[in-house]
Amino acid sequence: MSSDTLDVALRLIAVFVAFLVLPLVVGQTEHKVMAHMQGRLGPMYAGGFHGWAQLVADGVKFAQKEDVVPANADRRIFQLAPAVALLPYLLVLLAIPIGPGNAVGQFVDAGIFFVLAVMGVGVLGSLMAGWASANKFSLLGGLRTAAQLLAYELPMLLAAASVAMAAGTVSLPGIVDAFHWWWVPWQIVGGLVFFTAGLAELQRPPFDMPVADSEIIFGAYTEYTGLRFAMFLLAEYAGIVVLCGLTTVLFLGGWHGPFGADGLGWLWTLLKTALLAFVVIWLRVTYPRLREDQLQKLAWTVLIPLALAQIALTGVVKVVTQ
Amino acid sequence: MTGTATLAAQANGFLSPSGVEVAFLLVGLVTLGAAVVTVTTKQLVHAALWLVAALGGLAVEYLLLTAEFIAWVQVLIYVGSVVVLLLFGLMLTKAPIGRSPDADSAHRWPALGVAVAAAAALVWVVVDAFRTTWIDLDGAPQGTTKVSGEILFRHWVLPFEALSVLLLAALVGAIVLSRRKNEER
Repeated sequence: MSSDTLDVALRLIAVFVAFLVLPLVVGQTEHKVMAHMQGRLGPMYAGGFHGWAQLVADGVKFAQKEDVVPANADRRIFQLAPAVALLPYLLVLLAIPIGPGNAVGQFVDAGIFFVLAVMGVGVLGSLMAGWASANKFSLLGGLRTAAQLLAYELPMLLAAASVAMAAGTVSLPGIVDAFHWWWVPWQIVGGLVFFTAGLAELQRPPFDMPVADSEIIFGAYTEYTGLRFAMFLLAEYAGIVVLCGLTTVLFLGGWHGPFGADGLGWLWTLLKTALLAFVVIWLRVTYPRLREDQLQKLAWTVLIPLALAQIALTGVVKVVTQ
Repeated sequence: MTGTATLAAQANGFLSPSGVEVAFLLVGLVTLGAAVVTVTTKQLVHAALWLVAALGGLAVEYLLLTAEFIAWVQVLIYVGSVVVLLLFGLMLTKAPIGRSPDADSAHRWPALGVAVAAAAALVWVVVDAFRTTWIDLDGAPQGTTKVSGEILFRHWVLPFEALSVLLLAALVGAIVLSRRKNEER
């Protein structure tokens, strides 16, 4: 029993450390990659070597700032919102398997449903922030967040359902176990839909209408300062890690390497996740922001039909090969 | 209820049977409290957020009854979509911060009557339908995805299909209604 408890404790600590470190790594990568794509150097001083400690310094800065709550705001909800936005990603990280066998924070039987359900809860934080700030820009941001979530949740679910059909299981380790290389061409449409919808759910560019800084300042987070603001930022980067990890596990075969080179195990998962995170950053630098109507149109007239077509294809192939 | 709770205890080995039952009761009380606050609070958005607590509490109850799949679907559909839709609707109104004195209805007592009658009918139907049903504790735990799926698509496939046709009709109806308004403009 005590070794059980120790095992659980160690897993929780490992997931927590990953939750604290990986988003910072992604953030720092974004600083540097964006800078080099734009012909700049990015942070160079903090920490000495290529400004590696810039985000640590940012964290210290955020902790020192005053924590302001607007006078007309709904105090308690305003203060609760950042935690509601951040915690779901920690829970999701628990269920993502990174290696073969038992390398997962906590095995969840209905893993796909768990991660998608909990990720959806995170958006409630943005909605709470948008409404409770008593600010018209925040409210507009909240509205856009809600509209975006409603539009993109469906294609994401459908794409994930397609993989679950292909694998014949809804547990995440089970899906990776059932993976074969020809799943990549077979599920490629679903994968693209999932990744795109996930980007939209995270409000990352080009889907950053809810925080469009040139129109509504910073959307739902306009009134936030100090640590609470930092928590929203951390939630965004944790979201990138979670989305890329999930796409890796569902569509890119997790710890399976190409050409049967499975030897690296969990390193493959991290490598693929890092590659996808790079794509996320790359998209931010290269694509202009979609307008609200373009956003809705893309979801309802492109992504959902594509996801449905993918499900039909999966079903047909599944029946034919059985 | 006791049977599944015992099963949960055996499967997990963390809580004693009475522990699961105590947790079930406590979560039930919290859920009930959140539900009552949802309908009595004068602050509209708070009502929607208390609804999140009530629905989340219900999901935890499902978990305690080992119905893991149902629990996650509950979170996905109700917390993730229905409440977001509700909040979206509330943001389109002028739902103020603080109390809305007019957020009250003259039909308070009839509404209570209807709610109690509906609850009584539901409880009676469920109790009557499953009075003689016994849960088989030897097989796979009831409520896992596999078992739920098999029951749903073997024993209950006709009601399932009927429901999906009903939902499709509602979807088409919603599209028709919204289109007609556009033409009138």
